[in-house]
Amino acid sequence: MNPSVNDNLAVAVFVFVAALLQVTLVASIDIAGGAADVLLLSLVAIALVRGPVAGAVAGFFGGLLVDVITLDTLGVAALLYALAGYWTGRYGETTGRDRAHAPLLAVGVVTIAIACSGLGLHFLLGEDVSARRALFDALLPGLAFNLLLGGPVWALSRRLLRRPTVSDRVTEVQLLG
Amino acid sequence: MLGTLVLLSLALITASFREESGGPLHDAQAAVAGVLQPLEVAVERVARPFRDAYGWTKDLFNARSENERLKAENEQLQQQVIQNESALQENVHLKALLDYRSSPAFPVDYKGVSAEVIARPSGSFDQTIVVSAGSDDGVVAEAPVVTSDGLIGTVTSVTGGAARVRLLTDEQSAVSALDLRTSAAGIVRHGPSGDSLVLDRVSKKEVVQVGDEIITAGWRSGPLASLYPKGIKIGDVTFVGRLNTDLYQQVQVVSGVDFSGLDSVFVLVSKRRAPELP
Repeated sequence: MNPSVNDNLAVAVFVFVAALLQVTLVASIDIAGGAADVLLLSLVAIALVRGPVAGAVAGFFGGLLVDVITLDTLGVAALLYALAGYWTGRYGETTGRDRAHAPLLAVGVVTIAIACSGLGLHFLLGEDVSARRALFDALLPGLAFNLLLGGPVWALSRRLLRRPTVSDRVTEVQLLG
Repeated sequence: MLGTLVLLSLALITASFREESGGPLHDAQAAVAGVLQPLEVAVERVARPFRDAYGWTKDLFNARSENERLKAENEQLQQQVIQNESALQENVHLKALLDYRSSPAFPVDYKGVSAEVIARPSGSFDQTIVVSAGSDDGVVAEAPVVTSDGLIGTVTSVTGGAARVRLLTDEQSAVSALDLRTSAAGIVRHGPSGDSLVLDRVSKKEVVQVGDEIITAGWRSGPLASLYPKGIKIGDVTFVGRLNTDLYQQVQVVSGVDFSGLDSVFVLVSKRRAPELP
């Protein structure tokens, strides 16, 4: 099989599993009023490893999956995660390149940005959302948990999603002639 | 690419939001959700033990914190119950005082200044209390102090807002008294122990019986008058003894007043001007 297909398949499986875990397990582990978002952590990792386009596409389909499973308005989570994936990818390519704190900084920024923009989007759709809960009660513990899990998820994602380099593939040197 | 995804998202939001619940987009969403449901169930079953463990731990912490909260609430409620009982008892005492003030037994020509007992002597040297009424309320020295159960004592010193009252059980107290049934006269003093009283100086000619009610004599002689108005109950006779060696009868009296549990009293203030001594 084509290596790029394998890579994309790995990303797709990664996003799928993350989305499934998020809606079935992680979202229900509520500590101090907030919960972690492993899909967001996975998207940050994908975007930092694979770039903004991969981050946006993964975010779109991961968010769409969440919308489908949770029977929410289609496209809401897809839009938010797509934008988050794209911004993270751009950040990784420019300012955050080769910086050790880039993953955690991206996780922090994206967590806050998604909370704020999600509140605005739900407000535009006329849904009753408590700003206090979204921006204070749930955001602060959620941000803490995301930052806590950001490191392990980043390490796991980089290990799983890293593209093999030429040096990885060559196992021996064959002398010609 | 991002623009396409954003547009696609917005189109999905618009279509999904505006569409009826039985529309094709919702049907597709339901169909995909149905396909994914077994996976969700499988993940949920795998995750259930972990979630249960988390829930158990969380409940344990919640139970502990709830236990502490309930303990604190219990203490608070107990204090409230005590306060309520105290208020109830105070209410009963005050009502009894009010009934007494409006009853015929209340001395004529006197007004009752209601006062709370605010202090008791720390030692056992003298039998006194401090009440929350003073000269500002019209209380003067030597004013009698009563409750609905009977005579308490007299005011010995007064400040603006408080007065010190010498109880009937104090060694220095002495009240001229009468047997209500026979009008046998005597002087009530402190008894040999505790709150007991003695009706002293009762002639052997007088017939005093156990159960007789002893009241204040309230005598008047010219410009001089007793400190106590006539007719205030002091107590009941519990023992009568006649010895040949004694000049007077031995009459023991028990007051109906619980001197150690006083809460509120009336200080009697004369409505007339005090007689001037010659």
